Amino acid sequence: MTADVLVPTSADEAVSLYGDGGGITVFAGGTILLPEIAVGREKPERALMLHRAGLDTVRVDGDTVVIGAMVPIAALADADGGVLASVARHVGDGEVRRTATVGGNIAAPAAADAQRGDLGAPLIALGARVRSTGAGGERIEPIEEFLAGDRAGRLVLDVQYDRFERRSSTTGLRRRHAKSFSIATVVACARPDGSDLRIGVSGVAPTAVRLRAVEQSRDAGDVLRDVDPIDDAVASAAYRRAVLPKLVREALDQLELP
Amino acid sequence: MRLIVNGVELDVVSAPLTPLLHVLRDELDITSPKAGCQQGGCGTCTVLVDGEPRRSCLTAVAAVDGASITTVEGLGDRGELSPVQAAFHNHYAAQCGFCTPGMVVAATALIERAGGPVERGDVLEALGGHYCRCTGYVKIVDAVIAASRGEVEKIDDLPVSEAGEPEVTPKGSPA
Repeated sequence: MTADVLVPTSADEAVSLYGDGGGITVFAGGTILLPEIAVGREKPERALMLHRAGLDTVRVDGDTVVIGAMVPIAALADADGGVLASVARHVGDGEVRRTATVGGNIAAPAAADAQRGDLGAPLIALGARVRSTGAGGERIEPIEEFLAGDRAGRLVLDVQYDRFERRSSTTGLRRRHAKSFSIATVVACARPDGSDLRIGVSGVAPTAVRLRAVEQSRDAGDVLRDVDPIDDAVASAAYRRAVLPKLVREALDQLELP
Repeated sequence: MRLIVNGVELDVVSAPLTPLLHVLRDELDITSPKAGCQQGGCGTCTVLVDGEPRRSCLTAVAAVDGASITTVEGLGDRGELSPVQAAFHNHYAAQCGFCTPGMVVAATALIERAGGPVERGDVLEALGGHYCRCTGYVKIVDAVIAASRGEVEKIDDLPVSEAGEPEVTPKGSPA
């Protein structure tokens, strides 16, 4: 069976074709979806391909950075500095990053064998918001809420965050090869006076999680109140529970908050 | 859909969500990109899409409609290896050779982008997603550095067709 493939040429057309998302499979970069289709585990009846929908630019709107859902992860990895670049350059390898997209990284469903969605941690730390469409129309919400909700019925349009002076830090663990999935990735950002502290962790649970308890107490030991690490092919839950407080401590120390 | 494969414009009739890898191998009979892991892990299916190395197994053909694709068949001139291919030969940088097509096109793109000699770190980064399971990487990395420096010996013992044998031109080679 061959999928009915829709190729919108504008964001508005993509939104209209997606509608309430019923019976439609979003095809962004395809690095997760295409192998599943190729072996027949996924059999989309209608596929919405977004490569011509004009969602592939990063623009600065006043003090807000707006990253289109179809921006390749390579574009973030090649950008100078910043916590997005520091995490993006560990997603896959350069060739995968040229195909994989920001929208796909945050919208793809959880996998059984390893944890996806590494960009969730830096986006949480930056206080990013996700603009998406689907049943009920367009909405903008904090990324941690988007990740905690039912992403299956949403079409991500862009991710936005505000630019202001931040201190930031990234810590993490991964195996030593180019395409290793993350064992844990911790990203923290705050204003230089210590306010607006936000900490995101990815790679330890089916989605990235905001560490609200740690943000309040600034005690890295509270991380296990925020997130319950899981077992997968990359690391055991016990190992993650053991290393997470250390990684969070390191991230907080590197911020050198007043 | 249309692809320009190694300089030749071709109509493609595979379904839109067919991986570019299978369009090249099964529809166009271009077999240098290998079907290895077919989930983006091994790198032997890598081809150049508008000059940039991409995994052909992770790339839906509809997403590259109209693009220019380069495979190993499109490197070098008729009867002559490209500098990267020759350097791989000089350095004995292939053992079983299954990973070689992806390594060669990725290295070609790296050198093209650098426009001159590349450092070891650049090669490790560019080939970081390519798995070789039998030789290790030392000779491969040496070969890429040598090619980038133009330190390539011309190869004069390439196999040639004997009189009476049909001349074999791989599909996908430029006319």
